[in-house]
Amino acid sequence: MHTVMTSRTHSDGRITLAHGGGGELMGHLIQEHILSALGNPALDVLTDGAVLRSGTSRIVLTTDSFVVQPLEFPGGDIGRLAVCGTVNDLAVMGGRPLALSLGLIIEEGLEIDRLDRMLRSIAGAASEAGVAVVTGDTKVIERSTGGGLMLNTAGVAALDDGVHLGFDRVRAGDVVLINGPIGDHGMAVMSVRHGLEFETEIVSDAAPLNGLIQSVLLAGIDVHFMRDATRGGLAGVLADVSERTGMSMEVHESRIPFRRATRAAAEMLGFDLLSVANEGKVVLVVGADDAGRCLSVLRQHALGRQAAAIGTLAAGTVPMVELVTTTGGRRVVQRPYGEELPRIC
Amino acid sequence: MTRNASPAAKAGTQRRGAEMAPVASGAVSPAFAAELAGVHDLAARIGRQIQLMEVCGTHTVSIFRSGLRSLLPPNVRLVSGPGCPVCVTAQRHIDAAIRLGTIPDTLIATYGDMVRVPGAMGSLQEQRGRGADVRVVTSARAALHLAGLFPDRHVVFLGVGFETTAPATAAVVLEARRLGIGNFTVLAAHKLVVPAMLALLAGGRVRLDGFLCPGHVSIITGADAYRPVVERFRMPCVVAGFEPLGILRALSALLRQVQAGAARLENEYSVAVSASGNQVARRLIEEVFETAAAPWRALGEIPESGLRFRPAFRSFDALERFGIVLGEDEDHAGCRCGEVICGTVLPTECRLFGSVCTPLRPLGPCMVSSEGTCSAWYKYGTPPAARAPALEAV
Repeated sequence: MHTVMTSRTHSDGRITLAHGGGGELMGHLIQEHILSALGNPALDVLTDGAVLRSGTSRIVLTTDSFVVQPLEFPGGDIGRLAVCGTVNDLAVMGGRPLALSLGLIIEEGLEIDRLDRMLRSIAGAASEAGVAVVTGDTKVIERSTGGGLMLNTAGVAALDDGVHLGFDRVRAGDVVLINGPIGDHGMAVMSVRHGLEFETEIVSDAAPLNGLIQSVLLAGIDVHFMRDATRGGLAGVLADVSERTGMSMEVHESRIPFRRATRAAAEMLGFDLLSVANEGKVVLVVGADDAGRCLSVLRQHALGRQAAAIGTLAAGTVPMVELVTTTGGRRVVQRPYGEELPRIC
Repeated sequence: MTRNASPAAKAGTQRRGAEMAPVASGAVSPAFAAELAGVHDLAARIGRQIQLMEVCGTHTVSIFRSGLRSLLPPNVRLVSGPGCPVCVTAQRHIDAAIRLGTIPDTLIATYGDMVRVPGAMGSLQEQRGRGADVRVVTSARAALHLAGLFPDRHVVFLGVGFETTAPATAAVVLEARRLGIGNFTVLAAHKLVVPAMLALLAGGRVRLDGFLCPGHVSIITGADAYRPVVERFRMPCVVAGFEPLGILRALSALLRQVQAGAARLENEYSVAVSASGNQVARRLIEEVFETAAAPWRALGEIPESGLRFRPAFRSFDALERFGIVLGEDEDHAGCRCGEVICGTVLPTECRLFGSVCTPLRPLGPCMVSSEGTCSAWYKYGTPPAARAPALEAV
């Protein structure tokens, strides 16, 4: 009976944009198609990068592609994103990034001046992260939408002894922290895309987080788990932690940092700020004993001045993230389910 | 987790706050705590089950997102009404929109939610996967802009929504006429809120004690638009803003009327809503559109509830331009969206809810739309154990 009912809306055996939205639909694509064809122990864990062994040392390998439109937005551009995205994926695995590769897919017609700007931006972000682009590839494709430029970066990092991160290390009573205000990247891109102007410009938070994260690890804080809250936003990461650990999580809305202008923009378009993308935010899970110290180390870094402890994990009966709202009410936080769309009125 | 703690304990303190050592917790504002205590006091004094309808989808989402729903007294039940633009759009208009998307060289410009509503030929999103040019816009102006950018294509703007979006549609149609833009038409499916509220009451399908009236719509129509609801049906009406405190104040006002056995029109959103509304916007609607009977999901054809082009503007009517005749409304079997928007069932009472109908694969518009009641229940709803019991229908 159910087969018949769902067939009408089952996307007709074709990929839709929502499959790439970072939500539940994308999860299905990865699980049912990609993993079923390519699955192996290193891939199956679906972490931000793969941990590989070479003799006694461990390295992390990751890759990411960037197709953002528009290419440039307040606070960043596709070049900066391509560096930050890969560096952050390595950093949240606990790795010290060693080198990056860069694949350029350039559409016929892209202005060379524009390409130069993107390359300068890549160089700038790489230098901030203290990592070099050491290999690359360039392809030019026929003009299609006039979109211009797509990038792929891959990166390797060294994983130091003593760094052990994973869902399996998360314990009841652990504290969840974030390094600053949420939603800036998504709303910066969205405001350009939709031609919205606000009194205060919303600026993407795109930034390499490896320095911040290394400062936490070097301070001897035993981080149990980390993830950068990109597509799917903070909600996506929190839902993952809860689901993969089987624990419940209580998060306090009043402690989640945000900028007023960003929240106003999100409300105007009907978005839940918790589900809006970031490019310079990391969620850390640490033991309650370490939480205070972790917070003060984060706040000493330029990218962690507004860091906050936002929630705790508990050995609940159902793996569920509950938000205690600023009104004192409660609601469930779920992983966003695909392409988030602005509301009508 | 306890859900039956006293309201003061819930609102005034953050439970388990002590476990969160690293930062101090933010306190709930005293004004909010006081208003909430007032709501509980009124509800206790009224004693019986009270059923209030929030008409607007933005209210529904705000009530869920802010956690307000979890704080209300057990005998105050909020049901959602016919105020989500996509949800009330009749299936025949959705099918027509999807058909327009299949016409070669057309470009469909639409507000986001419409992209995912399933129709007889799949959704616009699926049509986009097959090559249709479907673009999400956040304004009618952006749709007209597309017509300028792509002179070789015909841009069809899906004109859905209430009095909030209709003035913008009217404005761009006037603009298109002034500029002589020939590759731009509108699927005119705009609707008016008050006739639907009246039809709902006249149908007698749901027992209500009052309406929490929409904020955005009222900015355009003015609060006085609800007078017929108050006068003809002796139904308390309170216009509310979207902040949790504003919503709570409006709920207090409704409960005070219920307790006193009164039926008045009150405006708790006077900072934005006047008695007579936005005259400029109303004139724009008036100039381009005329009221006509319109099909609503579940409510059927309601007299004077829709906006159609005046004869002078018929050349902008996409249906006329492409010779598309509206078909029948074939709703998905088993889908109870129609009853949900009439407030006669809660989403959880639909057999499809959360099982085969999810935001991932929505079968009905109330699950598709970010303003939809089912979507709000699914996304923010408390776990099944804490959900409200089945509601009273007449």
